[in-house]
Amino acid sequence: MIRFDGVTKTYADGTTAVDDLSLTAPTGKITVLVGPSGCGKTTTLRMVNRMIEPTAGTILIDGQDTAAMEPAAMRRGMGYVIQHAGLFPHRTVLDNIGTVPRLLGWDRRRTRERSLDVLERVGLSPDLAGRYPAQLSGGQQQRVGVARALAADPPVMLMDEPFSAVDPVVREQLQDEFLRLQAELGKTILFVTHDIDEAIKLGDQVAVMRVGGHLAQMAPPARLLARPVDDFVADFVGRDRGYRALGFRPTPKLPLRAEPTLVVGESPSDMSGQWCLVVDDRRRPLGWVRPGDLRGPVTVADLNRGGTVAVQGGSLRATLDAALSSPSGRGVIVDPTGALVGTVLAPEVVALVEEDRVTQAEAGSSP
Amino acid sequence: MIGAIWTWLTSTSSWSGDDGIPHRLLQHAGYSALVLVVAAAIAVPLGVWIGHSGHGRSLVTVANSLRAVPTLGLLFALTLVLQPHLQGNTAFLLPCVIALVLLAVPPILSGAYAGVEAVDPAARDAAKGVGMRPREVLRHVELPCALPLLMSGLRSAALQVIATATIAAYVGLGGLGRYLVDGIATNDYPRTGGGAVLVALFALVADIVGALVQARVVSPGLTGKGRRLARVDHPTVPSGATAS
Ligand SMILES: Nc1ncnc2c1ncn2[C@@H]1O[C@H](COP(=O)(O)OP(=O)(O)OP(=O)(O)O)[C@@H](O)[C@H]1O
Ligand SMILES: [Mg+2]
Repeated sequence: MIRFDGVTKTYADGTTAVDDLSLTAPTGKITVLVGPSGCGKTTTLRMVNRMIEPTAGTILIDGQDTAAMEPAAMRRGMGYVIQHAGLFPHRTVLDNIGTVPRLLGWDRRRTRERSLDVLERVGLSPDLAGRYPAQLSGGQQQRVGVARALAADPPVMLMDEPFSAVDPVVREQLQDEFLRLQAELGKTILFVTHDIDEAIKLGDQVAVMRVGGHLAQMAPPARLLARPVDDFVADFVGRDRGYRALGFRPTPKLPLRAEPTLVVGESPSDMSGQWCLVVDDRRRPLGWVRPGDLRGPVTVADLNRGGTVAVQGGSLRATLDAALSSPSGRGVIVDPTGALVGTVLAPEVVALVEEDRVTQAEAGSSP
Repeated sequence: MIGAIWTWLTSTSSWSGDDGIPHRLLQHAGYSALVLVVAAAIAVPLGVWIGHSGHGRSLVTVANSLRAVPTLGLLFALTLVLQPHLQGNTAFLLPCVIALVLLAVPPILSGAYAGVEAVDPAARDAAKGVGMRPREVLRHVELPCALPLLMSGLRSAALQVIATATIAAYVGLGGLGRYLVDGIATNDYPRTGGGAVLVALFALVADIVGALVQARVVSPGLTGKGRRLARVDHPTVPSGATAS
């Protein structure tokens, strides 16, 4: 557990980067610090490992005051992912990753094995092991930065915008990998980002900061979306928060309609009919076709792949999106193996959303 | 003229005895090595410390202004002052070494200082952030990253020292400078010219050796080699390649 207690940082030039910050990052959870550029996120993070000394207040790790710890030893026990990767230019990828294990006195062999292992964990090919940082793309460098922080398996990780240098698709992959890794490792993570979507996706808790280093609100993501405390937070979490909040509500059981299906190569029996769902040999949905558009049996090129697919029992957001995005208006629901279960219409999902809201309100436990 | 120098260089008498080329070359190399070792022992730690701590930058400026002192004049002055207090060969060797060390210190000091100073602050910050203590930052990050400039300083000092070590002959010591001094004194121009050619060749060889050493000790990640690969995507770098 990392606890900030009335922490303030005023730089020598008089800038107050963090102002009377109190918050707790619980053990084994991801706590995200989010806010606009210059609001003091990096400063907050760097005070934990004493790369920056607080002007006032205390920071406790598992109840121990960091001010009393020896900085170098403490930092070795804490993974630190630096904002712009911060790799050592003269060391190969593998040696960069092995930095902390070597400092801790591991022998070469064990360090090497561990480094290769972590390299793969962050999704990089072992072929990159012998490269130098200048030979990597920005995104690869950031992953090496994450690998370096993970190498000695520290219980606490401080991560400063670790996924900022990659395109949205790769970022999404990295985030998913990161969540999978965290589910396995259960580390205490303080994660900095300026991207509210990333914060909502990754955080068990999200701390929204405003310029001047004030904590505006600290809450689990669902609550942040449902109950922003003020205009700043409301603005910051964005416009479609009602929709995004549904991402945190599970879809209750709902009656699904059976959906007639076709496989590729088949011709629909009723050529005048409406949209038909095409599935593969294991009943996994491939796309929709309109029989009127066909000239013969269904081919792969005829498929409309516009609709998203929701897993049964997944979030209301995914279920609603499946209905809204489907060209037929019928949202495709699949089981965890990806096989078709049935379809659902948008009004049915909206009715569920309304029901969910009412039960939530009655239970008095708004998210 | 060139023919005469060639004749001198290739005649067997030039290659034998105490005044023969091998012996003079060895003496010359000996002075140069001694001077470089002493100069490096002073200037490298000092330059690294200045670069690391940011203190005493003015020392680098002062050292650089020393380059303006004429080495030969300094040698005569030092000999005059020191000779009465010393005995034997040392009476000449010490002033000579001091004069040459003063010549070698500025480039080495500047190289070491600039090398450490120029280390990417992000790398230094990262080193601290992963838990290196100041000494470890110096050893594992600052020094290796400073090597390109530090080696350049050493090489340019070596060139200057080898070229200037000829002055040893002016105070009666050996080295390749003997051919220059004696050649001029006896109007033996082939010998003078031959001596000059030998000094130039020696300096050239020393610089090539320096370049080879530099290529070996400097990490490819800091030089063109390690960067070019970034663009020409390298097939497979053997994953076993660890350089630490
Ligand atoms: N060393 C310093 N000296 C003076 N002011 C500083 C220093 N470092 C940061 N600041 C100031 O403190 C404030 C907070 O900076 P910080 O780096 O913590 O912001 P951030 O939230 O991480 O921003 P970004 O999203 O751009 O990384 C900024 O106004 C910045 O200019
Ligand atoms: Mg920052």
